[in-house]
Amino acid sequence: MADSHPTEPQSLYAAREPVFPKKVYGKFRNLKWVIMVITLGIYYVTPWIRWDRGAALPDQAVLLDLANRRFFFFWIEIWPHEFYFVAGLLVMAGLGLFLFTSALGRVWCGYACPQTVWTDLFILVERWIEGDRNARLRLHRQKSWDLRKIRLRLTKWATWLLIAVATGGAWVFYFTDAPTLLVDLFTLNAHPIAYTTIAVLTGTTFFFGGFAREQICIYACPWPRIQAAMMDEDTLTVGYREWRGEPRKNSEAVKAGEPQGDCIDCMACVNVCPVGIDIRDGQQLECITCALCIDACDDIMAKIGKPRGLIDYMAFTDEESERAGGKPKPIIKHVLRPRTILYTALWSLVGIGLVFALFIRSDIDLTVAPVRNPTFVTLSDGSIRNTYEVRIRNMQHETRDFEVTVKGDPAIRVELEGATDGKIGVNADEVYLQRVYLVAPAGSKPATEERSDVRIWIEDLTSGERAYKDTVFNGKEE
Amino acid sequence: MAKQTNKKNQEVETTGHQWDGIEEYNNPLPRWWLWTFYACIVWALWYVVAYPAWPLVQGATAGYKGWSTRANVAVELAEADAANAAINAKLETVELTEVAGDPELQGYATSAGNAVFKTWCAQCHGSGAAGAKGYPNLLDNDWLWGGTIEDIHTTIAHGIRNEEDADARYSQMPAFGEMLEPAQIEQVVNYVMSISGEPQDASLVAEGQTVFMDNCAACHGEAGEGDIYQGAPNLADAIWLYGGSFDTIKETVTYSRFGVMPPMGGADLSEAEIRAVAIYVHQLGGGE
Repeated sequence: MADSHPTEPQSLYAAREPVFPKKVYGKFRNLKWVIMVITLGIYYVTPWIRWDRGAALPDQAVLLDLANRRFFFFWIEIWPHEFYFVAGLLVMAGLGLFLFTSALGRVWCGYACPQTVWTDLFILVERWIEGDRNARLRLHRQKSWDLRKIRLRLTKWATWLLIAVATGGAWVFYFTDAPTLLVDLFTLNAHPIAYTTIAVLTGTTFFFGGFAREQICIYACPWPRIQAAMMDEDTLTVGYREWRGEPRKNSEAVKAGEPQGDCIDCMACVNVCPVGIDIRDGQQLECITCALCIDACDDIMAKIGKPRGLIDYMAFTDEESERAGGKPKPIIKHVLRPRTILYTALWSLVGIGLVFALFIRSDIDLTVAPVRNPTFVTLSDGSIRNTYEVRIRNMQHETRDFEVTVKGDPAIRVELEGATDGKIGVNADEVYLQRVYLVAPAGSKPATEERSDVRIWIEDLTSGERAYKDTVFNGKEE
Repeated sequence: MAKQTNKKNQEVETTGHQWDGIEEYNNPLPRWWLWTFYACIVWALWYVVAYPAWPLVQGATAGYKGWSTRANVAVELAEADAANAAINAKLETVELTEVAGDPELQGYATSAGNAVFKTWCAQCHGSGAAGAKGYPNLLDNDWLWGGTIEDIHTTIAHGIRNEEDADARYSQMPAFGEMLEPAQIEQVVNYVMSISGEPQDASLVAEGQTVFMDNCAACHGEAGEGDIYQGAPNLADAIWLYGGSFDTIKETVTYSRFGVMPPMGGADLSEAEIRAVAIYVHQLGGGE
């Protein structure tokens, strides 16, 4: 913001004000370290976990095999036609976000969002190399680029770049065999798409974590706008007990003789804030509720011998009673509400449904597409033939022979295009397209009726497992 | 949602808009946003110079990169042809009867043949190959000139009743209206309907058989079973190229028919394409 007087027109554009978060200790900071280690650990390590599935299939525990259209997750294998599992997981993710936001506000933003986690990591690196807030501020304000500043900046950027490359690099390992790809990447044998993906994600990680930081949360991310609609009066969120803190030290009111509140205006809460705001101004769009200001303030309160929680997780419903000197409701009463219970119930319902669907899945399946151009063919002996494109899906890890039978009018017989012995061999983990003919003799009921219902069965000749699809037989109406 | 005051504790302007007591603050835009906007303008200017952009009376400005979708298609087609060169060469040399035993070649030929069929054959035979009156149905098991893979290949390569090619299938049925009495034609039509199991005037069948043996059996066979070497249709089955009603058969006998199919060999299709479409037609359900 330019140094404009309020009566002058203010500038239309404002440069980003750099933020130099100070190091902080406390329970929320510790929780954030733990979550950072777990989430980054999951992200970087997962592709390297091995899982033996036999010779024909990849032995990577988590693999999005786009080329073969398979998703492997430990013992679970998802085919494209089972995409509803992914849809179900997305529904669960959505409901989970609703649940957490209605109970704990922007807890996702503050603790688990990749933008937050990586920014936190980048700030950690920055602090290691350039020092804490004051040292970084001095370095920032130092106009001349002496050797020390150049050295510190280059070291920091190089380390960031290293993290960014590792981040972009880890992403591609989810899509193909990780050890093979790693070797290919270094021997320059990997596909250009792999290099491009790594380059793009390296660039975004480097830029978002190192330079854009809170600008992403404030200007680029839609979630801060959506979450406002999901919070309510009982939602626990980070706030300032203004009735306890004000009037703060050195304020006009205190100078005029009013008794001072608990806030000693030490700016600890502002100095640790990663988005550069003052939580004492009230709830605001920029706040990602990372709770570091709580830790910072609790530390000060302990030092000046006041109770903790001048800045704390609190809910709007407690404001009135707290102003009157009462106690806030216990956390459990804020969290356990019809709304959160409903979200939990829906979330569990979808989850149970998915687990159930996972266990009743069949290893064989078929689709039947009747050929409609033409609907039937008259053969030289007057019999009527219908053609069906039957896709047999063998999700077992070995080649199996299948037999096709038809249930319906007994006059209808089955013929298979190309298969002379009546058996269809389908390779392991493959879908096989077999053209199946159903033939009704001249004058028979299905041959002379417009439509007859038929059911096409496939049977695995080894295991005896069966599956069917219903379809229709078109006759030549006379 | 904006801050009431900025860091220097100045009042922030409002736009003057107000809804239910909520004022809209006039916070400044981030400067990087402005730079992004300028960058987009620069990019747009470059784009206009680099790519086809301004519509003119004849086409559009070409752009210095010379980019065109048509040229790209030509390049992609050439790439596809180059990629298929090896398998096309194999398809041209292998015995037609052996293709079915090679799943890769059979799959390629079927797909390629499908594309050729939709381009060159579907106009008469239909996109589903079910034919139409006068244009044979290629899905059934009745073949005028034979349904083996070699027969189909010959038909496609040289055509039917193509007078410019000595290897083409050729035959001509006489117009019996000039040779037979109208009564005889009625008799023979009733006989033909009787051998294919259609309702007919039984009183004329005996005389019709005599007329058939004298005039028709030479080509269509004594039992009316047809002859693929002359392209003489089987008259005893359930399939009719022009229709099996009394009037249609009478018209056929009186004036004859002369269906022509153009040859696909030579300038139109390569040998690999002809073989591919022959394989495609052969596997549609009627191939012998």
